[in-house]
Amino acid sequence: MNNLILKYSFSFIVLVLIQSLALNHINFLGYINPYIYVLFLILFPIKNNRLLFIFISFLLGLSVDLFLDSGGIHAAACVSIAYIRPAILRFSFGTIYEHQTIKFSSTEFGQRFSYFSIIILIHHLILFSLEIFNSSKIILILKKTLFSSIFTIILCLLITILFSRKKR
Amino acid sequence: MFLLLFSFSLFLTIQSHSYHKSKFINSANVITGGLYGMVNNFGAYFNLKSENDILLEENSRLKSILYNTNQDQLKEAYRPGINANQQFNITVAQVIKNSYSATNNYLTINKGKADSITQDMGVVTSNGIIGIVNNTSKRYATIMSVLNTNIRINAQLKKTNHYGYLTWNSESPHVVQLVDIPIQAPLSIGDTIVTGGRSTIFPKGIRIGKVESFKIDDTENSYEANIKLFNDMTNLGHVYVIKNLDSNEISTLNNNDE
Repeated sequence: MNNLILKYSFSFIVLVLIQSLALNHINFLGYINPYIYVLFLILFPIKNNRLLFIFISFLLGLSVDLFLDSGGIHAAACVSIAYIRPAILRFSFGTIYEHQTIKFSSTEFGQRFSYFSIIILIHHLILFSLEIFNSSKIILILKKTLFSSIFTIILCLLITILFSRKKR
Repeated sequence: MFLLLFSFSLFLTIQSHSYHKSKFINSANVITGGLYGMVNNFGAYFNLKSENDILLEENSRLKSILYNTNQDQLKEAYRPGINANQQFNITVAQVIKNSYSATNNYLTINKGKADSITQDMGVVTSNGIIGIVNNTSKRYATIMSVLNTNIRINAQLKKTNHYGYLTWNSESPHVVQLVDIPIQAPLSIGDTIVTGGRSTIFPKGIRIGKVESFKIDDTENSYEANIKLFNDMTNLGHVYVIKNLDSNEISTLNNNDE
């Protein structure tokens, strides 16, 4: 248990630092930035206390906000993802999730892909709608959401593949 | 729990949209400011050459002004020890965090209250304006960039005194918008836009950019122009923070009138 806490607090700090110090300066084609700190929310252990999870995601979002001077938009997006995650899990993994036996490294690629993309798309949509905060710029919101999501999904999948331990 | 935290973050978001309200969550604090400062220490070495070029260019421009001015006038303007006429104090600072892809961009610099930087001071480079100081901590300050949809800076045409407001429509980090210029103004493409000096933040006549295109706005009695900035907002090193020593006097006077 202690090992888990240590592991997740370490990845919390590393993800926030990578996000704010490196990834936010990519600005691919002028505005496309990946937000890979979402990976923390995606990979957080499922069996854990839900209230704790929502609170930790709030902290995660808030610390990214601190670095980026963006008010509370990352915090809001993270909290909503933490809230609706069980529904997304049920949708993309079906019965495996119901039996609480899920292990991300052992799931099929297709299921994992759909789970990642749904979470990232929803997260980015909330993020950019709050950032732009203007209904007349809905095209800009959708454009930013789409392109940044593609970037984030690719990066997240690559990172999980790179860092997953093969037990074969 | 969810609703509580969600509404709290929404509250922070909305607060950050109004000018000068982003009090608690900003990167001028010790942790984030210190980290950005540390990382920037390494990064700054790679920009040394281009920074030097910029400084040399500015020096040569200032020298050419100096040598081409009448010596008597110069003596009149600069009398060491007696600076009764001095209205503006300049502090040099280094940008340690830049941002230009969001809709509300803030920069962080490595000077704060300890260097007598306070809210509402103007920030410029040798090429033109950058923004306005928004929040300060002891050693760091955040700057609301001109690339921020909440910003409003008084600006005017260089050749006449017709003035308007600078805003940003969040589309390109190189182009800002100048609105509310009266339709009588002889506006044409390529005109230089400078700060207006009607606010106490910037001195009059700091270069901003060139008119790229313009049109008559919906109310049909003013122009709306796209201004190409002289500054490259995506690549900022050293900046100058301008303190207007008379700003208190002017603003109390204005408050009395209201």
